[in-house]
Amino acid sequence: MLNLKTILLKEFKSDFRNPYILGGAALFLVSSLFVCYITIKRISSPSLWVALYWIIVLFASFNAVAKSFINESRTRMLYLYTLVSPVQFIIAKSIYHSLVMIILTLLALVIYSTFFSIAIDDLPLFYASVLLGSTGLGIILSLLSTMASKAGNNLTLLAILGLPILLPLIMVSTTLMKNAIDGIDLSIQLKYLFVLIGLNVVSFTLSIILFPYLWRE
Amino acid sequence: MIRLHPVFKISAIVLVFYALIAGLLIEVPALDILNESIRNLFFHVTSWFAMVFLFILSFIFSIKHLNSGKEIDDLLARSFVQSGMIFGLAGLVTGMLWARYTWGAFWVPDPKLNGSAIALLAYLAYGVLRNSFADPMQRGKVSAVYNIFAFVMMLLFIFILPRMTDSLHPGNGGNPAFSGYDLDSTMRMVFYPAIIGWILLGLWITEINVRIDLLKEKLL
Repeated sequence: MLNLKTILLKEFKSDFRNPYILGGAALFLVSSLFVCYITIKRISSPSLWVALYWIIVLFASFNAVAKSFINESRTRMLYLYTLVSPVQFIIAKSIYHSLVMIILTLLALVIYSTFFSIAIDDLPLFYASVLLGSTGLGIILSLLSTMASKAGNNLTLLAILGLPILLPLIMVSTTLMKNAIDGIDLSIQLKYLFVLIGLNVVSFTLSIILFPYLWRE
Repeated sequence: MIRLHPVFKISAIVLVFYALIAGLLIEVPALDILNESIRNLFFHVTSWFAMVFLFILSFIFSIKHLNSGKEIDDLLARSFVQSGMIFGLAGLVTGMLWARYTWGAFWVPDPKLNGSAIALLAYLAYGVLRNSFADPMQRGKVSAVYNIFAFVMMLLFIFILPRMTDSLHPGNGGNPAFSGYDLDSTMRMVFYPAIIGWILLGLWITEINVRIDLLKEKLL
């Protein structure tokens, strides 16, 4: 438990020491949002609104997570190997990336809804889709970015590996979000909510099981 | 040495030719809309069965590789993915042709179709991932992890999501599956042998693929 906290603190500290890393990801997000605003101007259909939002968030998330691994030099990784267990390490990384993703998606939401205003019928479920979607992104991308960093820290590789695997998550999140905007009945929405929670749990369990095999490679 | 017993190879040849010839010649029930396209059951559905079977084998060998660290398990996992992809593409093409004449378009936005496209994308990504490593040990471990992760996600995608939304595909969203189209006993007599034939052919392709790679390693 103590180790978990220490690794989390270390992640935060190292990112605050180099604020350009996350700042760059946030700037990328804001710029792409602005490009959308300039080119599209106004969105009338909720499904287009939701789709555009998640596409922007998806690509910004690749940037945010891939950048955080550039920070880890090989020597520092070797030092970490001697201190913590792989399970603690991947749990801490997943929590950290989930937090980063939550901050990024909320930032995106604030700017996006100022540019393109929309009336949301069911606010709690709307935020549930945003939060669970971003934790899912954080968890899955933590494992995938470790793989991509083994293969030479390639952003293209991360995107290629990530897109097919993230699609179930994106599909469920967009459906939940669109239904929340339209105010679809809770009985239908609960199904999607459970699947979204299930996707988070399954991917978290899988990365805990699989990460130790990647650890010392 | 990885060898498929000759009995399996001979039965693969016999069953595949039987499926091809009988599949095109036997009497099929005359149904509206479907008409003669019901024969796609012998080619499309059976290709998917073979693909799923080969991908499951690949998944098993990836787990085995993580536990044993043997290179042969990794080679088998990769070769099963490759032969599975052949049947995946065959299933996709036959499905698209069928969709053109029954649904009116080659591609429709349907969860089942999207699921299959994503599955193929994930396995293509698996190939890209493999090729970005020079060290075989590292390549084996990382690609095995990706294979397992992608397979589980795919199961969720293919088996859960189509049940949540409506689908045009037979067997989903209230549409009858193939057994619903009064699949008579003559059709069954081609359908089941065809599945076994394609699977055996897939195993044979994998065997040759693995042996070529082992021979290449020997030359080096």
